[in-house]
Amino acid sequence: MSDSVSPPKKHDFKTSILQGLSAAWPICLGYIPIGLAFGVLAQKAGLHPIEIMLMSILVFAGSSQFIAVSMLSTGAGAVSIIITTFAVNLRHLLMSSSLSVFMGNATRKKLSLFAYGVTDESFAVNHTRFSQKIWGLNQALVVNHTANITWIVSSVIGGYSGQFIHEGAFGIDYALTAMFICLLIFQLRGRLYVITAVIAGVVAVILSLITPGSSYIVLASIFAATIVLGIKKWMLR
Amino acid sequence: MDVTIIHREVVWVILGMGLVTYVPRWFPLVLLSRRNLPQWLIDWLDLIPAAILSALLVPELVTNGMPRHMSLWQPELWVAIPTFIFALKTKSLGGTVVVGMALFWLVQSII
Repeated sequence: MSDSVSPPKKHDFKTSILQGLSAAWPICLGYIPIGLAFGVLAQKAGLHPIEIMLMSILVFAGSSQFIAVSMLSTGAGAVSIIITTFAVNLRHLLMSSSLSVFMGNATRKKLSLFAYGVTDESFAVNHTRFSQKIWGLNQALVVNHTANITWIVSSVIGGYSGQFIHEGAFGIDYALTAMFICLLIFQLRGRLYVITAVIAGVVAVILSLITPGSSYIVLASIFAATIVLGIKKWMLR
Repeated sequence: MDVTIIHREVVWVILGMGLVTYVPRWFPLVLLSRRNLPQWLIDWLDLIPAAILSALLVPELVTNGMPRHMSLWQPELWVAIPTFIFALKTKSLGGTVVVGMALFWLVQSII
């Protein structure tokens, strides 16, 4: 019976890797075209493939990398690029907080390694499985690092082969959007989640229209989660 | 290969970007994971994924440009509907990515 309390323990090393890979492949499928596209743009902005690799290794956050490259090509300063990156990636703070609930007694070393790979996509894939209690940190690490390697390799290939891929081919521009659609559906596990998503979506649209930058993502998420939690508490009283 | 190229300012930009990206990813995991969080915070954090994914997705579907403006007649929104239905029926992440890309490509080549 103790197995049902902590299911991840009964998986051995090989099983964890296979489970992680089977959860990670759709993310990789989405990352290949986007990584290629990023490499192409970065190369056109004047980055050397080594610098592209360095950015994909050290930053590993797609949208902020795209933004940084476009800022670099318009001659923006280092400080403004770094501040923008911070703002765009601040949403990971919420994701890591949300994942921390499932981390149990994991070592700091393992958590540090896991933190590196927290992206929109890996977060959603791992969170869904953690909350179904079918996931452990080992599988989650495989997901994060498989996605990471895919991202690094495809962005470097894009950097080398930039001129051969033209923009918009094969619906590349829609890969992330389609991924988000499915990841959102995974999260709609009941009426409260649907209400949360609707509020967050509407508020995000309004804020994105009236505020510059991407702060709308974090603000709308906090707002929606807080409102819905408030409604839930109020209804239970 | 000319490795001296990496001695440029862009390397410092990348290092800075890496640092400010990693810290928000790392801090809550290390800080919160070994604590007993109050139930309201656990409930709140449980709502965050649905909220964040929706906040990432919906503006991409219905707005466009820089600065953003409403744009309901764009393929992003209309392709999202069959993609959404496909995802709902199949619950397949990989399939949804493939179908979404194919539909978007199709619509773009028609327009």
